[in-house]
Amino acid sequence: MTITLYNGQHIQTTDALVAAFEKATGIGVDVRNDDEDVLDAEIIAEGARSPADVIFTENSPALEYLQAKALLAPVYRSTLEHTPARYNSPQADWVGISARVSVIIYNPGLIQKNALPTHVLELADPRYKGKLAFAAGETDFQPIVTSVLRTYGKAATLRWLEGMKTNAGSHVYPDNETISTMVNRGVVALGVVNQYYWYRMRAEIGASNIRSRIAYFAAQDPGYVLDISGAGILKSSRHKAAAQRFLAFLVSARGQEIIAHSISFEYPIASGVKTVQPETPFAELKPNPISVGELGTGSQAISLLRDVQLL
Amino acid sequence: MAVLALPLAFLLTESAGAGVSNVWHLIWRSLTASLLWNTVRLTFVVTLLCAVIGTLAAYGVERTDLPGRSIWAVLVVVPFAIPDFVVSFGWSSISTWVQGFRGAVLVMTLAVYPLVYLPVAASLRGADPGQEEIARSLGAGRVKTFFRITVGQARRAILGGCLLVALVILAEYGAFEILGFQTFTTEIFTEFNIVDTSVACALSLVLVLLSLFVLAGESVSGGRGRLGRTGPGAQRVLTRSHLGRARLPVLLGYSLLVLAALGVPIGSSVYWIFEGGAHALTGASLASAALHTAGYSLGAALVATAMALPVALLVTRHPGRLHLFLERSTFLVLAMPGLVVALALAYFTTRYADSFGYQTAPLLVLAYSIMFFPLALVCVRASVAQSPVSLEEVAASLGVRRLPALVRVTLPLVAPGVAAGFCLVFLSAVTELTATLILIPTNAETLATQFWAYQQNLSYGQAAPFALVIIAVAAVPSYVLGRFFDRLPRRGHAQAPVVVT
Repeated sequence: MTITLYNGQHIQTTDALVAAFEKATGIGVDVRNDDEDVLDAEIIAEGARSPADVIFTENSPALEYLQAKALLAPVYRSTLEHTPARYNSPQADWVGISARVSVIIYNPGLIQKNALPTHVLELADPRYKGKLAFAAGETDFQPIVTSVLRTYGKAATLRWLEGMKTNAGSHVYPDNETISTMVNRGVVALGVVNQYYWYRMRAEIGASNIRSRIAYFAAQDPGYVLDISGAGILKSSRHKAAAQRFLAFLVSARGQEIIAHSISFEYPIASGVKTVQPETPFAELKPNPISVGELGTGSQAISLLRDVQLL
Repeated sequence: MAVLALPLAFLLTESAGAGVSNVWHLIWRSLTASLLWNTVRLTFVVTLLCAVIGTLAAYGVERTDLPGRSIWAVLVVVPFAIPDFVVSFGWSSISTWVQGFRGAVLVMTLAVYPLVYLPVAASLRGADPGQEEIARSLGAGRVKTFFRITVGQARRAILGGCLLVALVILAEYGAFEILGFQTFTTEIFTEFNIVDTSVACALSLVLVLLSLFVLAGESVSGGRGRLGRTGPGAQRVLTRSHLGRARLPVLLGYSLLVLAALGVPIGSSVYWIFEGGAHALTGASLASAALHTAGYSLGAALVATAMALPVALLVTRHPGRLHLFLERSTFLVLAMPGLVVALALAYFTTRYADSFGYQTAPLLVLAYSIMFFPLALVCVRASVAQSPVSLEEVAASLGVRRLPALVRVTLPLVAPGVAAGFCLVFLSAVTELTATLILIPTNAETLATQFWAYQQNLSYGQAAPFALVIIAVAAVPSYVLGRFFDRLPRRGHAQAPVVVT
């Protein structure tokens, strides 16, 4: 028995999870890697004959999108119960597996810590003109826009995006990797990223080459957003029982320990397992309590980003 | 032809799903104007630079007594096989100056000038050097001879190469992502990023429209005059023009070009191997990825050149309107992002062919062949245009049937173009990523997918060896091609010692 996994998550961590699952169950897993958005597009193009049994993504909107297209099958309740309910699909079509959090990355050589914004709206303040970087097209940025939209409404969100666009100027980058590198090299003073990019960069280039730091937004600020990574089973899958076992493994203590010790630097969120790496423990994070259902597919955020021509 | 049309059919079907007013609204806004401006000025500047660099480099190797010609002939081709994202990464890690428009111009020129170099070199190889000598003997200076005769002989190849450069830049994505430069294609990828296939497809149609303009421009400026001569099989040994005092500056120029196009990416890869985090290599080994890459790329190069030969013969020998139109239309695929081609194949095979061949090696090879068919066509066509139809007619009058005549007369004459086309397709396939990720057989890996996997995770130290092996794999056909070109005139001389002069 072999199932096919469309994987949008970090390849090394997924490989470790798959190896442990194969050993524990004897079920083989064929992994196909790509960006989660491309995997979504691929599944939609393949339609009812998609070879995929399971899809594993970095962010919830990619799963919500497939769910909205009625392409996902329900996940077993016994699996969902391992993860706190607010991190699962409201329709029980996918299960939350790990999390990361939005932070500010800054270069202390260019900006003092006490001069950093603590509220997300301040990013549009003229005092950050020429100093700010962000990635408007990155899937990690849309949840922040959705969160601001839910808190302050459409008009204020549009004004805020216009301000950020003006402040960033030519520092609107295509992705978070570029933001992290540019801030670390002193090309730009601060940027908005997810926490794991900074940890990955530090692991890769060595602590001695790190010229940047990370800072958190104020507690419950709309810019302080948890992104949930999750997995779902395709309605078209012909190996649903085996696929269910794979999802159950991902949220088991064993699977979550693998994530906790991986080089993904993400927070495990199921079975009570705690991270060993990011310096702020998960329990001490104070994100905006917006739910994955409210974050949705991100389509409203996209339409606002288009209105201000960031997309 | 039908296969080549699949991506376009997919684009039309999908963009219809976005709704006409929605698409119209997205296209008619100021962001589109600024993306258009970025795309157009970049395409223009890079195409011009590539035309100059590619033609001069080819002239130096093919027609002068440049020292170390056979080595330069390999070194100037290899940069095309370095993934553009590796070149950008190498440069942008050296200096923050390499960013935005100037960064994009620098990186793209260094990455794609071989698209002009190869067809031009092949065409100079097949052209009659005697014309240059006659011009010189009639008192024209070296510079005048170069512009009046050499450029004239290679005109179709130069224009064809420029066409390829322009179309490739229209579809480029990875390099601009790293350099932070926005074009139409980066925007299309952003739209795919937000899982909005229909809008992305609609924007791709604008890209197709842009490439129609490029194609129209090329048709207007080229294609007149007959380039064939009656004695190509009887070419005598070429007297190369003496560089004389120009030798040192010319050598310096070649060294700078190779240093910039090859040295920087190799240097930064080596740097990352030593500086990057020390993780054990996981996943498929370098050797297995290299074998997959070489196998798929060889297959694609074979299929694409095999398809290009009849098309080139047809449009050159029987240049009717319909034939020319069909030939031109195949170029559109070059300006379509690989992602679109792959999604189109996924769509049609799973829906209409019972998933036949989906995610297997043959379909991946077919996808490469579709995507890079125009590269083969340009090279083959430039050579076919130089091989005179009268020789085939002579063969026919001597009672040789058509197919044997093709094999014995035409094929040897167009061999340089076929070889150059084979090489270009192979080099492009080696670095292809976006379509590969979708269509590759499950559990197989190529060098490009492995590089991507590590680079995605900021594991540059682990990604770098794959970049180096890509360069090594690419050097093989470039070297073989250089050797092949070197042997050509001598063979011609031996076969037909009757000199036409």
